[in-house]
Amino acid sequence: MPMKPKVPGLFKGLGVTLNTMMTTVTKGANTVQYPHEKEAPPIRARGVIALHEGNCTSCMLCARSCPDWCIYIEGHKELAPPRRAGGAPRKVNKLDRFDIDYALCMYCGICVEVCPFDALFWSPEYEYSEPRIADLLHDKSKLGEWMETVPEAPELEAGADKKGKK
Amino acid sequence: MSLLGIVIPYWGQSLLRVLGGTVAVLLPAGTIVYLFLFKMMSFMQSRLGPMEAGPYGSMQLFAEVGKWLQKEDIIPERADRTIFKVAPLIVLVSTFLLVAVVPFGPDAYFTNFDAGVFYMLAVSSVSVLGILVAGWASANKYSLLGGLRAAGQLIAYELPMVLAVIGVVIQAGTMNLQLIVNEQNAGSMFGWDGLGNPYILTQFVGFGVFMIAVQAELTQTPFDMPIAESELVSGYMTEYSGFRFLIFFIAEFATAGVFALIASVLFLGGWGVPFSWFSWHSIADVDDWMNVVGPLIMFTKMMALVFVIMWVRFTYPRFREDQLQRFAWKALIPISLLNIMVTAILKVAF
Repeated sequence: MPMKPKVPGLFKGLGVTLNTMMTTVTKGANTVQYPHEKEAPPIRARGVIALHEGNCTSCMLCARSCPDWCIYIEGHKELAPPRRAGGAPRKVNKLDRFDIDYALCMYCGICVEVCPFDALFWSPEYEYSEPRIADLLHDKSKLGEWMETVPEAPELEAGADKKGKK
Repeated sequence: MSLLGIVIPYWGQSLLRVLGGTVAVLLPAGTIVYLFLFKMMSFMQSRLGPMEAGPYGSMQLFAEVGKWLQKEDIIPERADRTIFKVAPLIVLVSTFLLVAVVPFGPDAYFTNFDAGVFYMLAVSSVSVLGILVAGWASANKYSLLGGLRAAGQLIAYELPMVLAVIGVVIQAGTMNLQLIVNEQNAGSMFGWDGLGNPYILTQFVGFGVFMIAVQAELTQTPFDMPIAESELVSGYMTEYSGFRFLIFFIAEFATAGVFALIASVLFLGGWGVPFSWFSWHSIADVDDWMNVVGPLIMFTKMMALVFVIMWVRFTYPRFREDQLQRFAWKALIPISLLNIMVTAILKVAF
């Protein structure tokens, strides 16, 4: 195969790098100097998973569907007072432990998708690295704290059916 | 010898030359790494490069050197220990030997001997030995492949470099680098001597071939097959760590600086300004202050040439091994042979 240098292309390439250098010098780089200035992640970014404890029924669907088994759930049943006077006491699932090991999590989001009771949410927070790997195991109180950073769900499209109780 | 009116004894001159040689190798290397490798490459990729160590990352170089110096000096068990240790030094020493013939001013030179060009070309191929030996002594198949590729490439591109320089030598009629500078600055173009006669104008083919060959000799990117990090894990440098790697690294960029110095001597008029500006006629007339200004002029020209080398490096992707060899043997060598023929014919004709 004879080699034919594409001469205009070669010079065009040199022009591209020189232009990029000039724009970087005059207008600044495309990058962000991270620890000093932060880039706002997109609002629906998969940063960390937050837990709304009150909605969780410890049904274990998320733990079972997690591809790398990074969700640990323990719970027990408790008797709660009946809804109507004279009724039988209700059985309620109480959550003892809900841990997500972010050292294992691969941010697939299946747990959030699979949760039937809207207990898990994506939050765009990303700055939770730790010096010790064991500290990446977030317990339910820490997962609950992330709830504050969960953005409001976007409005439903016009004409969409709102599921659930009216 | 006297510098700015002060007579310097022989031992003083020797000391100055040793110091000057070290400075002439290490200062360009540091400047090139910071200015071009750290900053220019980053800007060309629309990022800022190192910013944390010192203002605008200017102390990054010291941080890097400190990092490498504190790393463990690992030598593979099966490696040929003595040769493994010596190899980076061979590469670095060839750089120091190269700078010995570069003139920086009418009296500011390390040596001034008549076979300067010949010596320069001979010594520049010593680094091939260092690289080949480094690849072989590492007892690692990637290193060996990298070393062999380096040897094949450096020998292939040594030839066009030699042949490109021959054009200059024919035109100047001397192999003494100091006299080549003199010829260019005292010369005239069709009777007009306002710019002297820098050989880049007459030997532009030679200059192009020389710069391409230099790019390959330095194993800078379009020709970085020997250290192809994605396929050979940095080739002959795979097993090197700590300060031995640092020496390879310094040698790479110091050699870039020295080759740029040599190219500026051969093609851009070296340390001189056109002699007609100050109505000098030859080196003997040149004032003493050129010993101070000359190195600065050389440094400026070197930076310009290194800018081109690095610009090309940061723009083009890597050649394939067969393309690389074919380019040297089928394109560069015929072109430079043709250049010699034309130069010789014109030299005889005029």
